[in-house]
Amino acid sequence: MNKVMKKTVSNVCALKIPRKFFCSETVKVAGSTDFVPSNEHEKRPIISEVIPEYDIAIVGGGMVGMSLACFLASMPMTKQLSVAIIDSNPALGSGISIQREDPPDPRVSTVTPASISFLQDAGAWKYVEQNRHAYFKKMQVWDYTGFGYARYDAGDVNKDFLGCVAENKVLHSALLSCVKDSDFKTTFYPLRLTSMTLNTNSMSTVKESIPSKELPSAQGHTSKLQLSDGSSIYAKLVVGADGGKSRVRELAGFKTTGWNYSQNAIICTVEHTSANHCAWQRFLPSGPIALLPMGDNFSNIVWTMSPTESNDRKSITEEMFLKDVNSALDDGHGPHPMSSSLGTRDLFSWLKMDATLSANEFFEIPPKAIRMASKRMVFPLSLRHANSYASKRVVLIGDAAHTIHPLAGQGVNLGFGDAFSLSRVIAEGIALGSDIGEVNLLKKYETDRKPANVAMMALLDGFQKAYAVDFGPFNFLRAAAFNGANLISPLKRRIISYASGENKLPIFFGA
Amino acid sequence: MKLFNHLRTLNTHHRILRNRFHPLFNNTNFFSDASSPQQSTTPHVQQPSPPSSLNRNELAKFAAIAESWWDFDGPFKPLHVMNPTRLAFIRSALCRHFKKDPYSAKPLEGLKIADVGCGGGILSEPLARMGATVTGIDAVEKNINIARLHAESDPATSTIEFCCTTAEKLVEEGRRFDAVMALEVIEHVAEPAEFCKSLAALTIPDGATIISTINRSMRAYATAIVAAEYILRWLPMGTHEWSSFLTPEELVLILQRAGINVEEMAGFTYNPVTGRWSLSDDISVNFIAMGTKTNNTE
Ligand SMILES: Cc1cc2nc3c(=O)[nH]c(=O)nc-3n(C[C@H](O)[C@H](O)[C@H](O)COP(=O)(O)OP(=O)(O)OC[C@H]3O[C@@H](n4cnc5c(N)ncnc54)[C@H](O)[C@@H]3O)c2cc1C
Ligand SMILES: C[S@@+](CC[C@H](N)C(=O)[O-])C[C@H]1O[C@@H](n2cnc3c(N)ncnc32)[C@H](O)[C@@H]1O
Repeated sequence: MNKVMKKTVSNVCALKIPRKFFCSETVKVAGSTDFVPSNEHEKRPIISEVIPEYDIAIVGGGMVGMSLACFLASMPMTKQLSVAIIDSNPALGSGISIQREDPPDPRVSTVTPASISFLQDAGAWKYVEQNRHAYFKKMQVWDYTGFGYARYDAGDVNKDFLGCVAENKVLHSALLSCVKDSDFKTTFYPLRLTSMTLNTNSMSTVKESIPSKELPSAQGHTSKLQLSDGSSIYAKLVVGADGGKSRVRELAGFKTTGWNYSQNAIICTVEHTSANHCAWQRFLPSGPIALLPMGDNFSNIVWTMSPTESNDRKSITEEMFLKDVNSALDDGHGPHPMSSSLGTRDLFSWLKMDATLSANEFFEIPPKAIRMASKRMVFPLSLRHANSYASKRVVLIGDAAHTIHPLAGQGVNLGFGDAFSLSRVIAEGIALGSDIGEVNLLKKYETDRKPANVAMMALLDGFQKAYAVDFGPFNFLRAAAFNGANLISPLKRRIISYASGENKLPIFFGA
Repeated sequence: MKLFNHLRTLNTHHRILRNRFHPLFNNTNFFSDASSPQQSTTPHVQQPSPPSSLNRNELAKFAAIAESWWDFDGPFKPLHVMNPTRLAFIRSALCRHFKKDPYSAKPLEGLKIADVGCGGGILSEPLARMGATVTGIDAVEKNINIARLHAESDPATSTIEFCCTTAEKLVEEGRRFDAVMALEVIEHVAEPAEFCKSLAALTIPDGATIISTINRSMRAYATAIVAAEYILRWLPMGTHEWSSFLTPEELVLILQRAGINVEEMAGFTYNPVTGRWSLSDDISVNFIAMGTKTNNTE
């Protein structure tokens, strides 16, 4: 088919172009016979309204989309870009300011030190610190068998903290404030993306008359986006930051791989009598339960279980639910680990010289939840990954590219990592005069991020599977591994730094 | 010894290719320096003015594959892959020389740049996006048409002036530029020394001239010709003729004679694992040189 087209074209050329001329004047004539003259499209009726054109259109102004805007606003190479942010979420337009006293939101994220440093450099983190948040220095992980536990301390890796938990609305409004307070040119569209035409531009009429196979890339410099009110915009680069059900991903034809687990997570916020400063996670027969500090006297609960259990636990009274939570984090399903009871410590005692401070700390019981501070939300666990993140003029970041279950609290960190990487790739492209929608450039972002995201997903998948089944006697090994990890400090340091997002291969361990 | 045999086969190959390309001469248009309207096939006669830089065999090769300039996986793939690396060199060399802000998104604003042998405009476009006022010239008319059409689609590049002409013709017209680029061109021209003189004449005093090419070394032979043309099939066979390559020393010398002092030089090294190029001090295969025009010579 293409061959046929090519032939026809060269025949046409052969007919039209005089066979002999060798100077620059005639060249121009030949040029205009070869291609449709540029004044032809001027005769065509031009759509009356002027369609605005942007360098970048960020579809989805969630945490990840807004973080991209922040990163772009903070670099000299990218801060002159014109950016459109499309999202119908009212939080974007109104600029509702959140108050410290507001009741806590059940949706929280554990932000890793690596993400914090990105956000600090971009000038967004200071806004998070103005609202409720909780740095935590300690983490305790144990399981219901009573055989082992592991405690991690930021001091082990010469850090001030292991992570920081903040409500999604706090993170989101911090990112919004950061963008609004900068002199970055952003235009908010309180609309949804409905459809998209890739590789077109306002001059496309000229190009369409040229067989596209002949000039694979000469099809224009923008994509056209149609919005929910019927209006359109053009953009050189469309960034799909529109979450797990990404419309951009669908319209651009990116395929995904994924599966659902027959497990749900219950998410809610609880209150204690005093502040919690530690992240806790206990593995129960049906899945892990995590208690994350949120600041003030609040903690967030992420509890994984079977769909039937989750439906039951969602409908029981608050009192009964609190009782279940407190029991799950204490001695429900099995005894407290007693390090001396099995002598595991002595088993590894030859290693003790190297043991870090926290290894000598004893197992603790998490603080009791005394009151529900939010409603209970239930989400099915699923894993979804786009097979490709980039094509010409389109790129996916955050949940649009990969959805992981909330178990790890890592979802948004992967997304921040994506946004950061993409912002650097765009900056490099601008420095070197590239077209920012060029697929070769965007593939650099994909190459940078895909391995990290795939590793995290594989890990979580394995992790989830390992704990979804009760291995019986094998639980002992798991427990021994915990205790081992607790004592062998160099290894533990590695685990912490993986979990805190510093290393290339992110290993999630704990909340 | 084996290499010699290779070389001999290669030469035969080139002869074959030349013959194969011959019919193309009839319907391919090149810029001509000859005053007669009809180009004769008689051996090139020396003109009083600077001799022509045109090497018709070479030009026919480019005309034959002109359509694929912007196909990233096509015959010009090496140029596309190498582009960010050579642009990094050009950006930093020009920022240093013209005292431009390296943190600016358009550091080349205010500079007039000529891209000699621009082909499809692979280099001209990024230079324009960096803010330069670019004139791209090429001796092959098809290349210029492709370059123009491609650049037109983006307002950031539609201001580039593309002309089917030669460096010596621009000199005659009295055109001058702050910086003159000839990347991967010198190995395809008829008289490299004369070509450099034209480049020098196009450069304003204290302006910059940047040239990149392939070294005439055994390693370059192995990498560029055997690997790129034969094994990887990146380049159509016959794109390069080994004997026309210059060594860095030779290039520095002919530039000096043309009144250009080479101030910076870098090599490009290809990593077959990552498929990326990087700048290095290894100039044994591909290299790029930046020189400034000394005030006294014209
Ligand atoms: C229910 C749930 C609970 C979670 N709990 C946790 C947790 O406890 N801890 C944790 O770390 N992670 C959690 N995650 C994951 C985390 O929320 C995500 O990883 C993170 O929010 C991803 O951010 P995002 O910006 O990529 O996508 P989102 O936050 O989903 O944002 C997408 C944005 O795009 C907009 N949008 C969608 N479609 C369109 C369209 N067609 N046009 C315009 N705009 C559009 C939406 O309005 C939204 O604002 C949870 C995820 C879900 C779904
Ligand atoms: C290998 S390509 C390099 C293209 C471009 N400079 C780049 O690096 O992307 C060489 C180009 O030089 C052109 N060329 C060869 N001899 C020329 C001459 N004497 N004058 C002008 N252009 C010439 C060819 O037509 C071809 O487009």
